[in-house]
Amino acid sequence: MSGILEVQNLVKKYGDLVAVDNISFSIPEGICFGLLGPNGAGKTSALEAIENIIKPTSGQILYKGKLRDSGFNEEIGIQFQETAVLSFLTVRETLEVFHKMYRKPVDLGKVIETCHLGEILGQYNDRISGGQKQRLMLALAIINDPVLIFLDEPSTGMDPQNRRNLWEIIKTIKKNGKTIILTTHYMEEASYLCDDIAIMEQGRIIAAGSPSGLIRQHARHVTVVLPAGSIRNSLKRDSYAIYEMDNFIEIQTDDINSCIQDLVDSHVDLAEMTVRSPNLEDVFIHLTGRRLRE
Amino acid sequence: MNWKRLWVMFVSRNREFFRDKSAFGWNFLFPFFIIVGFGVIFGDDTREFYKIGVFPLKSGKVSVVSLDIPTGIKKMKYMEFIGFPDQEKGMELLKHHRIDLLLEAGSKSPSYWVSSTSPRGYVAEQLIKAALSPESGAIRINKKQIEGIEIKYIDWLFPGILSMNMMFSALWGVGYVIVRYRKNGVLKRLKATPLTAIEYLSAQMLSRIFILMFSLVIVWIGCHMIFNFRMEGSYATAFIIFFLGGCSLTAMGLLVASRGTSEEFTSGILNFITWPMMFLSEVWFSLEGAPDWVKTMAKFFPLTHINNGVRKVMNDGATMGDVSLEIMILGGLTVFCLLLGARLFSWNR
Repeated sequence: MSGILEVQNLVKKYGDLVAVDNISFSIPEGICFGLLGPNGAGKTSALEAIENIIKPTSGQILYKGKLRDSGFNEEIGIQFQETAVLSFLTVRETLEVFHKMYRKPVDLGKVIETCHLGEILGQYNDRISGGQKQRLMLALAIINDPVLIFLDEPSTGMDPQNRRNLWEIIKTIKKNGKTIILTTHYMEEASYLCDDIAIMEQGRIIAAGSPSGLIRQHARHVTVVLPAGSIRNSLKRDSYAIYEMDNFIEIQTDDINSCIQDLVDSHVDLAEMTVRSPNLEDVFIHLTGRRLRE
Repeated sequence: MNWKRLWVMFVSRNREFFRDKSAFGWNFLFPFFIIVGFGVIFGDDTREFYKIGVFPLKSGKVSVVSLDIPTGIKKMKYMEFIGFPDQEKGMELLKHHRIDLLLEAGSKSPSYWVSSTSPRGYVAEQLIKAALSPESGAIRINKKQIEGIEIKYIDWLFPGILSMNMMFSALWGVGYVIVRYRKNGVLKRLKATPLTAIEYLSAQMLSRIFILMFSLVIVWIGCHMIFNFRMEGSYATAFIIFFLGGCSLTAMGLLVASRGTSEEFTSGILNFITWPMMFLSEVWFSLEGAPDWVKTMAKFFPLTHINNGVRKVMNDGATMGDVSLEIMILGGLTVFCLLLGARLFSWNR
C-alpha cells in the first residue's frame, strides 16, 4: 500500500560527511510516524530534506504518489527544532502574519484554543517562556490546516509538565486525522505518540515498525533495577545480562520468576528493587550496544 | 507574485522598524545631529581658519583689539589669536601643529616662527607677509564678486548627509538584517510557507524604501526649519532622485545579503562598501583635483549619482531632463542588483 509520503533511497551529504545514508520508508495517511535516534543520527537532515527545506544529495520523495510541487508548502506544516519568528510582533500578530500566508487557513480562534495561547496573545513573541514558544511554533505549524505535519524534536528543552501538555495537543491534532512525522530522542515521546517508528543511527535506519512490535522483536526481557552494590558474589552472574551504572544495577532477564528466586537465594535485599517492562531504550541498546542519550 | 503575502511581509517589517525604538530614533536623530552640527560649525561667517599663537600674553584665546601687533595683521579676517606666556610654550604647540604660526607681540619689528612642514603654516605666513607688504603694483589683479546667489556650504553638504544616511540605513537595514534572519532561522521558517523569494525580497525592499523616504521627509522638514535651505529646482525631481537612490542602495543591500550566515563577514563587506562610498561620493568634500582613477571609481557608486543629481536640482535648479543620466544610472543599478540578488538568494545557507 502506498502511503501519503514515500521516501526512496534518500541520501544527504555535507562534504564528506554522510548525514543521511540511503534511507527509504513509507508513511500511511493519518498516523504518527517517529524518527527515533540519538543526537547526530541524521533525523533532522532527513526531515528537512523531506520538507523541501534542504536539497537532498540523491533520492526521491513522493507526496500523494507524486513528486512535490509548488503546492506542497500549502499542505504541510512544520515545527522546526530551532527557529525564530519576526521580531517586535505580539503572539496574535505573529499568528496573523502566518495566517495570511496561506490560501485556506484554519480558523485562528480554533488554533489559539488548540494550542492554549489565549493568555499570551498580547505578549511579544520573544517575551514568552520556552513552553509557550513551542506551543506558538506548533500553532504556526497547523495554522494552514495541513495534511502533513512535521515536528522536529517538539519537546526538547521542556519541563515534564509542559512536555505532557504538548503531547496532549499533538494527540488532539492526530485525532483530527492529520498525518504527523516527528523526530525525537525521547523514547517515552516516541512510545506515547507514534504508531510507527524508524530508529536511526549514523544516518541509517536500523529498525522500523510499531513500538510494541519492535519491543517484542528486539527486547523481550524484563529489567530488574537494584541499588548499586546490592548484588553479592553468590548470584549466578553468567545467567543474566548485568549493567552496572553509577547508582544502580540493571539485570535483564527473560524469566523474571527465576531471577527473583536467584536474588532471594543470594540474600540480596529487595526492598528497593523495581521491575520494568522493556521499552524502546532497550531496543536501541540491543541494536547498538549504547543508550539513546549517550 | 501574491500581493497579499507581499503586503503582510511589508507591514511586519515596518512594525518591526517602528517598534524598535533605538533603531527608529537613530535613523532620524543621526542625520539631524550631523546636519545641525555642521550647520553650527560651518554656518557662521566669522569662522576662523588660521590659529596664530602670540606671546608673551596670558594663556588662551585673546581679543585682537588688545594685541600689541602690527595693524595690518590685526585687520586680517579668519584669524584666531591664542595667547602664550612665553615662546617655549608656543613653540611646543607649533611643533605639534596645534597652531599654524607663532608671533612675538610688543615689538616694532616682531619675529614669527612657522613649521616648514605645515601647509597651513605656509599659507598663514604668506597671508601675514601680504598683509604687511605695501601693494607692489607689479601685476594688477581685479576682484570680482560671484554673480547671483552664492551657495552656502551647508546647502552643498545637506544632500550629501541625507544620501549618506540613506546609504547606511539601506545597506545595514536590509543587508545585515537579512543575514541575521538567515542565521537565527527566521528565513527558514518563512521558507516553510508558500512565500516566494521574490515576494519576500520585494517586501523587504519596499519596506526599507518607505522607511527611507519617510525619514528623509521628516529630517528634511526639520533641517529646513532651522537652516532654510535654498531649493532652486523642483522638490519632486529631488524626491525622485532620492527615491531611485534609495532603491539602488536597498537593492545593493539585498545583493550583499543574498547568501551567508556570518554577521561578522557581512559586517566587513558592508564596511568595505560604505566607507569608500562615503569618502569618494563627495558627501563631505569635492573630488575636484583628485586623481582620475579616484574619479572613475566614484562613478561606480550610486551615492555619487544621488549627490550629483540632488545638488544639481537643489543648488543649480536642474530639471528632470538635466538629471536624466543620474536617473538612468540609479534605475539601471536597482534592476541589476535586485535581479542578481533574487537569483543568488538562499533562505537557509
